[in-house]
Amino acid sequence: MIKLEAVTKIFPGSKIPAVKDLSLEVKEGDICVLVGPSGCGKTTTMKMINRIHEPTSGSIFINGEDALKMNPIKLRLDIGYVIQEIGLFPHQTIEANVATVPNEKKWPKAKTKQKVDEMLTLVGLDPKVYSKRYPSALSGGQRQRVGVARAMVSDPPIMLMDEPFGAVDPITRARLQNEFLRIQERISKTIVFVTHDIDEAIKMGDTIAVMREGELVQHATPNDLLSTPADEFVANLVGRNRSIKRLHLIRIREILKEVDRAKPAVMDMPIKDIEKRIDESDIRSVIIVDRDNKLKGVIGINDLKRKAGEVAADYMQSLDQSVTSDATLNDALSVMLECGEGFVAVVNEDDQYQGTITLGDLLNVVKEEG
Amino acid sequence: MLRHFWRWLILPLLLVTCGVVIVYYTVNNPTDSMVARALTYSNIIKALRQHLTLMFVSMIGAIVVGVLVGIMLSRPKLYYVGRGVENVVNVGQTIPSLAILALFFTILGLGFRVAVFALFLYSILPILRNTFAGIVNVPVSIIESAKGMGMSPFRILTRIELPLAFPVIVAGIRTAIVINVGAATLATFIGGGGLGDMIVTGLSLRRDMIVFTGAGLAALTAIILDYYIAQVEIKLVKWSS
Repeated sequence: MIKLEAVTKIFPGSKIPAVKDLSLEVKEGDICVLVGPSGCGKTTTMKMINRIHEPTSGSIFINGEDALKMNPIKLRLDIGYVIQEIGLFPHQTIEANVATVPNEKKWPKAKTKQKVDEMLTLVGLDPKVYSKRYPSALSGGQRQRVGVARAMVSDPPIMLMDEPFGAVDPITRARLQNEFLRIQERISKTIVFVTHDIDEAIKMGDTIAVMREGELVQHATPNDLLSTPADEFVANLVGRNRSIKRLHLIRIREILKEVDRAKPAVMDMPIKDIEKRIDESDIRSVIIVDRDNKLKGVIGINDLKRKAGEVAADYMQSLDQSVTSDATLNDALSVMLECGEGFVAVVNEDDQYQGTITLGDLLNVVKEEG
Repeated sequence: MLRHFWRWLILPLLLVTCGVVIVYYTVNNPTDSMVARALTYSNIIKALRQHLTLMFVSMIGAIVVGVLVGIMLSRPKLYYVGRGVENVVNVGQTIPSLAILALFFTILGLGFRVAVFALFLYSILPILRNTFAGIVNVPVSIIESAKGMGMSPFRILTRIELPLAFPVIVAGIRTAIVINVGAATLATFIGGGGLGDMIVTGLSLRRDMIVFTGAGLAALTAIILDYYIAQVEIKLVKWSS
């Protein structure tokens, strides 16, 4: 639990406080997202929690203990920290980078090594491939992952993240966000997350704290923020298309059961049966899987005209994009728009087919919620 | 393994052989009696020994003092002092080495020690400047993430700042060596001895062979030294691609 009480920060040489009389409470296991325009004091607020910046006045409690009275080095060792620029050490291997905090805590070598490998696997980097590489040999998305792994390696109960997914392209960012939420479900850390992107805030946050000019404007759950913005500033921030933003809040698996589409076909199914299924299907297509239920492709009504052969495999088109069931409806929507299709196939982590979501399903959701 | 061997031994050995050949040839084939008197084995070895002592003592002193002062100035509390010192150093660097030697001659008089001291002071400058610049130019984000993860200032210095500044510091040391080698031959003017003695003797006697031997040996020393420093740098800096 993190509790800020009437915290004010005035930087030397400045008359206007960067953070003004801010009180905030983050419950254990929650992600609290600080959001607002640049210069609103959100990063300063976060950095006061691990005392990179010392508050001018006010107090900060971490699990009931006064953080301002603790030894700052000890305090920081138990707080995971990811910043926007990631700040990997370019002269150390990935392994050594992730092992930073264990080395500071003087863990035995074997324990460190085991934990580092575990963390790298958790964030989706094979330790056999990556642990001896240097950060310069990694892509932006991989570096972000290493940054997250490094912050979590010693299992700190609290994490501070400053736009940790800021420096990558939107598709990679969505994937990293989903992965991180999946990890968070398992480890449930108390997280303070800073971003300027309201969409990211709605997606990631259990609660959202909107800030403006150093003051806290509203602290609420994403749903409350969308339905009852405290003032015009918040309303403008969340934007007019609030019903579309709700798509960020709902995960695909939540609606997948209700939509219950036609069963997928296997590769060697006779084309006659496929035709029948396409006629029955509301998306005029049939998804094809192999014997392990792995997604292989799709046959649309237009593909049948080609008269290529006897079985499904001869007519099949490959599917460029699919989404996982823990992605949000908004992710599904953007894949549909990208591919120009009215549907998207949903798979699990092992690429096994789970179901299909259509544009119509999304419309229904928006209608219900609105 | 063979490549390793080649790196550390064969090329320097080649250069040393080169030096030995030059000395052997000039001592055994003097163009006249004046050259024969100047170029004896004992003369050459004495000059070389003086030269090397001059260089090593002043360089090691300069590295120790330059790096330590550079680190001190890069600490946040002394940062602005450091910026000031950096400017003074840059100005100091523009004073010609001969002028520095002459200046010390007027203050401290003649002799080997004065020459060592002058060389030492002159070589500090690039090392100090590069150490300071190397450390303060480590990206703020790297320092901040180290600090945020709970590293103490001392650990940040030894584990992050110094390793990252290392290539810049070594570049400073290499510059210092180049300056030092050039300036060391001038030590003869204030009675410091060294290979400069041979060069000056050769010039005043108008005997090219003596000048060539002295200058050749000084150049070879410089190349070997710089080569080893470069090898150390390559070995220690694996991360920058």
